[in-house]
Amino acid sequence: MFEYINLLLTDLTIQTISIGTAIIGLTCGMLGSFAVLRKQSLLGDAVAHSALPGIAIAFLLTGVKDTLLFIIGAILSGIMGAVWIISITKNTRLKSDSAFGIVLSVFFGFGIVLLTIIQRKPNANQAGLERFLFGQAATLVPSDLTIIGIIGILSLILILLFWKEFKILTFDTQFATTLGFNVQLLDLLLTSFIVVAIVLGLQAVGVVLMSALLLAPAAAARQWSNKLGTMMVISALFGALSGIIGTAISASNLRLSTGPIIVLIAITLVLLSFVFSPSRGLLSQQLRYSKNRKNMRLNKTLEQMLEIVDSHKDYSHPHSIKLLNDLQGFRKKCLKELENLGLIKIHLNNWSLTEEGYKKAKSL
Amino acid sequence: MSLAQIEIQLIAVVVAVACAIPGTYLVLRQMAMISDAISHSILPGIVIGFLITQNISSPILIFFAALTGVLTVIVVESITKTKLVKEDTAIGLVFPAFFSVGVLIISSQLGNIHIDTDAVLVGELAYAPLDRLIIFDIDVGPVSLWVMLGILCLTLFLLFFFYKELKISTFDAELAASLGFTPVVIHYFLMSITSLTTVGAFNAVGAILVVALIVVPPASAYLLTNDLKKMLFYSSVIAIISAIGGYWIAHFANTSISGAIASLLGLIFLIVFLFAPDNGLISVMSRQKRQKMEFTLLTFLIHLKNHSFSNNNPPEREISHLTEGHFRWNKSLAKKILDFAEKNNMISIESGIINLTERGEKFTGEALNFILNNEISKLEDMNERFLLFRG
Repeated sequence: MFEYINLLLTDLTIQTISIGTAIIGLTCGMLGSFAVLRKQSLLGDAVAHSALPGIAIAFLLTGVKDTLLFIIGAILSGIMGAVWIISITKNTRLKSDSAFGIVLSVFFGFGIVLLTIIQRKPNANQAGLERFLFGQAATLVPSDLTIIGIIGILSLILILLFWKEFKILTFDTQFATTLGFNVQLLDLLLTSFIVVAIVLGLQAVGVVLMSALLLAPAAAARQWSNKLGTMMVISALFGALSGIIGTAISASNLRLSTGPIIVLIAITLVLLSFVFSPSRGLLSQQLRYSKNRKNMRLNKTLEQMLEIVDSHKDYSHPHSIKLLNDLQGFRKKCLKELENLGLIKIHLNNWSLTEEGYKKAKSL
Repeated sequence: MSLAQIEIQLIAVVVAVACAIPGTYLVLRQMAMISDAISHSILPGIVIGFLITQNISSPILIFFAALTGVLTVIVVESITKTKLVKEDTAIGLVFPAFFSVGVLIISSQLGNIHIDTDAVLVGELAYAPLDRLIIFDIDVGPVSLWVMLGILCLTLFLLFFFYKELKISTFDAELAASLGFTPVVIHYFLMSITSLTTVGAFNAVGAILVVALIVVPPASAYLLTNDLKKMLFYSSVIAIISAIGGYWIAHFANTSISGAIASLLGLIFLIVFLFAPDNGLISVMSRQKRQKMEFTLLTFLIHLKNHSFSNNNPPEREISHLTEGHFRWNKSLAKKILDFAEKNNMISIESGIINLTERGEKFTGEALNFILNNEISKLEDMNERFLLFRG
């Protein structure tokens, strides 16, 4: 770790990669929130695959390996894939899962056909293309950083500009329609943004892991907030954090490739959030359940005691503990707890209700 | 054709059919993306299996990998059960996690071994016949052909015996449960078959083509028929056509066979998507357009009928009322509706005033009757009787 901080301050390559993956994580986290909330989680996977033919065609047409060119090609074919998905789900009886599967596999298959053709060309050194496929954050150079940074900032500005529209589209599409928004156009716009984030993310983690980079920060952030704005900020932070930590770990051990590490960090964040989130987390859920169960048990015992007590005129008349043993749900521990709460008194093998306990039992 | 060519096509056809059958059920159960998840998350299973057996086509490896596939499904379902995230998010998180673990094991343990990630993703059918199955020194054919034939036979056998159970649990899980077949058992049984098929096929054709073969033929067939048996048949036929067709495209274009098969599948789906008789895009669009026209016409005729007795109040029946009065239609829509109504002898126009004809009166009266008695479904039938869209 200390070694990494040292590198971060001195080594330009490490600086570039860290900043690059951080910005990519930030953008993906931000836009991933919309994907998760709009139930388009697997869009990330489908679009990531469908970017491949765009990259290949961009290379075939121009013959140059240029990051910006590849990004444009990827975005265009990603948007084409997304539009086809929307059209299949809207116009046929096929559901989104089939649409995702079709677009993903067909576009990727076509991309592979084009890649094989490129490989056969004499001038083809397709390392630049592979980077998009399998994500090699290690190959990020400062000029890529500028492009990534500009795209990241642009999408942030556009999200802020259309904040209200996107929010309403995400949570209540029909309401948005009745208010007179052009829902189809907004849908396309938001989906295009998600495509842009995916294409950026491809460079860090590659096709297969892209869906996790898009979803994990958002799924984690969702556990901490019920507000879209807060969720997006947390999600962006989680995304950036995964990028930075992932880069740090893989920089300190060269055998671990950056992409999978970034994804595993992001998924660890998800698991931690699942468990420890104060309002929705599994831990607090379990605590709540066991607290409820305990209360129920105590109340039940108290009620049953009341039945026994009611046979006497005096509620403080002591009764034998043995009487309780046959009752349903009775446990020795309950007596101790009831005594601690001051609801009953225990004297030798007998118990009696206090005044407070009697009132409480009556009110149940 | 050389022997290798025949073998490649045979493998492709067997894989295609073996994928199309479970695929049909996955598409119907809206679980198509599970195949994508399984096809990626079997990587750690394959890698661990390989570390144990050192043989890429050993049965133990296939078993291990198939187990990982089923494990993926179980993990996805238990995450979904917590209700912290939706199912699709769970899928999108689980398989990259498994895949990452696989990649990391490869990069840290198997630096120089030939399972690399792109081979898993892309696969190369052309190399499939190189790995031969040799029994008692006799070469009986490529290993992957026999593996996939075995899986296909198992699938067909199970399909034959559990057809009814699968059908009921797919279309009506509650009925299946009340009849005593546990949908959970059938679900995991389907998942296991899918997982097994995916593992068997990945070595020959790669993860992405597996997804294409599982999803695309059944999705195309689903747009062509409502009958489960026909759907199974059509998807198998589409799968076989693209397997063989894709092979020859790849042969002549000298490119990846998996990629060509997936592309041809895409082309077939595109054609079906556009031109399928009842469920294709063109048919759906024209139906929507017709329904919109019918609805507009009916609104217009009912409006005329409402005002047919008020002779002293003709503005409601003036042509200009359509664009300026209550309707506020644009000019082209107003003209289209007027022409349509006139062509169908519903209205007559005298010096700018529109009147319902006898036929128009009858049509509107019947329609109103259906609407008031809440028998709206009968409206469709009226359009045929009145020959609204003849020629």
